[in-house]
Amino acid sequence: MKIKKPKLIQQYIDSSARNKSRFHIYITMLVFSALFFGMFVYLTVFVSTSTVKLYNNSYNNRQEIQYKNVTRGTIYSSDGEVLAETRTDENGNEIRYYPYGSMFAHAVGYAVNGRMGIEDSANYYLMHTGASLSERVSNGIENVKNPGYNVKSTLNVRLQKVADDYLGMYNGAVVVSEVKTGRILVNLSHPDFNPATIKEDWGAITSDPANSQLLNRATQGLYPPGSTFKMITALEYYRENGENWRDYHYLCDGSITHDDYRVSCIYGTVHGELDLLGSFARSCNSSFVNIGLSLDRNNWSKTMNDLYFNRPLPTDLLSGVSSVYVGTGSTDYDIMQTSIGQGRTTMTPLHLNMITQAIANKGIMMQPYIIDEIVDEDGKVIRNYEPKEAGRVMTEQEAAFLTELMIDVVKEGTGRNLQNDHYTCAGKTGTAEFANDLNESHAWFTAFAPAEDPEICVTIIIEKAGTGVEYAVPLAKRIFNTYFGLE
Amino acid sequence: MQIALRFYVIEVSKYVITLLMVLYTSLAVTCNITRNKKVFSVCSSFQSGLLLVLMFLCFLDMTFVSGKEEYLYLFAFITLFLFFMITIVSIIYDRSDRQLLNNMCMLSGLGLCIVSRLSFAKAFRQYILTLVSFAFCLAIPFFIDRFRYFKQLLWVYAISGLTILSVVLLTEAKVNGANITFTIKGITFQPSEFVKILFLFFIAAFLCKYNSFKWVFLSAVIAGLHVLILVLSRDLGSAVIFFVTYVLIVIIATHNYWYLLTGVLGGSLACIVAYKVFDHVRIRVIAFTDPWNYIDDQAYQITQSLFAISNGGWFGTGLMQGRPTDIPFVDKDLVFSAICEEFGLIFALCLLILCLCVFCRMLMLAANIADKFYQIVVYGIGIMYIFQVFLTVGGTTKYIPLTGVTLPLISYGGSSVMATYFMFFIVQGIVIKSSHYMTGYENKKAEADTTVY
Repeated sequence: MKIKKPKLIQQYIDSSARNKSRFHIYITMLVFSALFFGMFVYLTVFVSTSTVKLYNNSYNNRQEIQYKNVTRGTIYSSDGEVLAETRTDENGNEIRYYPYGSMFAHAVGYAVNGRMGIEDSANYYLMHTGASLSERVSNGIENVKNPGYNVKSTLNVRLQKVADDYLGMYNGAVVVSEVKTGRILVNLSHPDFNPATIKEDWGAITSDPANSQLLNRATQGLYPPGSTFKMITALEYYRENGENWRDYHYLCDGSITHDDYRVSCIYGTVHGELDLLGSFARSCNSSFVNIGLSLDRNNWSKTMNDLYFNRPLPTDLLSGVSSVYVGTGSTDYDIMQTSIGQGRTTMTPLHLNMITQAIANKGIMMQPYIIDEIVDEDGKVIRNYEPKEAGRVMTEQEAAFLTELMIDVVKEGTGRNLQNDHYTCAGKTGTAEFANDLNESHAWFTAFAPAEDPEICVTIIIEKAGTGVEYAVPLAKRIFNTYFGLE
Repeated sequence: MQIALRFYVIEVSKYVITLLMVLYTSLAVTCNITRNKKVFSVCSSFQSGLLLVLMFLCFLDMTFVSGKEEYLYLFAFITLFLFFMITIVSIIYDRSDRQLLNNMCMLSGLGLCIVSRLSFAKAFRQYILTLVSFAFCLAIPFFIDRFRYFKQLLWVYAISGLTILSVVLLTEAKVNGANITFTIKGITFQPSEFVKILFLFFIAAFLCKYNSFKWVFLSAVIAGLHVLILVLSRDLGSAVIFFVTYVLIVIIATHNYWYLLTGVLGGSLACIVAYKVFDHVRIRVIAFTDPWNYIDDQAYQITQSLFAISNGGWFGTGLMQGRPTDIPFVDKDLVFSAICEEFGLIFALCLLILCLCVFCRMLMLAANIADKFYQIVVYGIGIMYIFQVFLTVGGTTKYIPLTGVTLPLISYGGSSVMATYFMFFIVQGIVIKSSHYMTGYENKKAEADTTVY
């Protein structure tokens, strides 16, 4: 081959310009490779973290692929009972069957006309199969659907049944959780609905907003906490006064008046000479209003913020946000109301349960969860949900202090009904007024047992039932007795 | 037995396809790194074999899932074409770059495969267009090798490029809210794809001739005009590609990194102005920053794309077993999501690595070209190619805001495929041309060496 333009070659090859160009070219290669590398990392993280989450989005129509190929998996309780399963009739029609009817309506939920509960949060797994290659091939040949993964929930049928029977026609909610793990054993909400017939009942359910059957009151219902909130007022008092709390004294004459505002004790009861233990055990409003007025508002506000007021709870469950306000903008009247859990203060039963659980667990709050594990058809565990700490919300001393107060409630105060020889219980009653009439009040009770080495934590609210002492404490007793095998 | 085979193929093929793709990609990387000619040629031949098996599996899978035999016929046509292309190019142009050719065939084949999964009729049209493009392209290296006046035509490039863009803008053919296409007798063109090449030749010729500050400024004005017209016709993706290519070319032509700083500052300023002035820019940004709140409106496309990618997982759903057709314009701008969904992430990442290989190959070839003009053209083509890949893939995955450009060689779209073929064969032509120079230089150097001794 002849040299066509030797002059041109000479001009470029010997100059340093060519090396500069080369340098620039290699830098460009590096920069673009780095850009792409960033994209690889991003994509890998995206796919490994978002698959389950995005599958559930109502704009994602990909579930329809699985409806053709997969039979929805079964949901079990922690004691191995079937809570929801899909049965195929002789014509090949699939029917979602709920053996306990409306008992687990909110906890297990439904999967037609939208989704709710475990049917929603575990939807990805229920609709994906773990069948082996040969099984899938043979199912394909026989034109049979593959079985979806099964879900083992943390729910306990025996306890749920006790709560469901007791609550009966009352509206309300019950949450029972395991103290050391945060597993939810009972998640009950009344009024309920029948998940099996939700499609037919849909019109009736949604046309009755006052009844709000679809609302899971246990996790999303917002109620005034009433006297159960005194736990938080007491906690702040302890934080500001330390071990001096034993010196606290108050003389109750049935009501307290401050700046022309008057707050009375329930039934106008005159409690007389009280220390902090007595004030808490007998749930003296006047004494707690007195305490509340003495507290530093900024610190108090911070304490409540640390306890997850005014922000989402640390849990994957669909939950409401409790709200409370104490600060420079609140008047003394607001403070008086807030000290006893009235006024603008609202809480979800789940939140109260979590705070009680943290007290029982020496100050460490656990993230509540309702799914234990995902298993395939042969029982092999695909995914195991480990207990997760939400963090320390109070010191061990503070938890011990509150436990002492709560034990006294059962020993001397409003929770005496729970005294027995088998286990020690610690709790707090509440009667939340949402109207001026005493008959129009919610009965609260939140408790854990055994107080020495807590195992479970029970929170109950019964709407429009009256006082917590009369209505909520007996249910707690039945739940504890059932759990400890006394019934 | 036959039925069992069918179901085994449906269930297993996605894993085998992923494996083959990983193998193919590692061979491509090996070829890019190695200096051993034997390793290079063995790997390259092996790649062709892998390509055949991979394509066969894809189409067999589609045949079994859909129960339609025409996919196998299409496979036969496509394979015939690809092998014809590899053979004839390596025979006619024995100095052409084998890696570039192989990877081009691979990307083209995969493109036809995914488009036929999305729409058989479109795949057939795409196939015909690919054939036509190839027929044109076969002459390009010959032409480049013989034609001497590329550098002299600089004003012809600029004026024709700007004219074409303006005419399209003024005739206002509205497609998807973007005034970027041109319809003559039922055939729709997207001229900005071709103007890219003209623009590149203009900038290269211009900056080779004059590179003092005054002239660089003039070139910036002309480049800015191109970009402005593109932004006005709402072709944001092409506008960004033109801009980035221009800035990088200025630096390689002048070796002055202050221009990079100026470019970055000017670019950011332009972005801010565009965001304030143009609605369609704001919508893209909103869909990027907060897609879940605009899921049924501005961000519908991007969220559907994300559903597809997340649904695919590592190995994909298998061909024809996902729902990529839920995504608007999936065969054009969002074809990468369809690949992610049905072939899986591992395959998609391999595909991106393959694109990077093509880019690096072009740049390595550019580094060895002695003539500055041709070096800049090859470099520019490499930048345009990889930056377009980056824009479309980043956009569909929400790594960057969605701009709406095609994935070169893979997306459905005649102009895009044709322009990309042109670009690849221009690179081949320049490689062949400069290899003549190189041979001449080496001979001369050898002579010189002997005279020293």
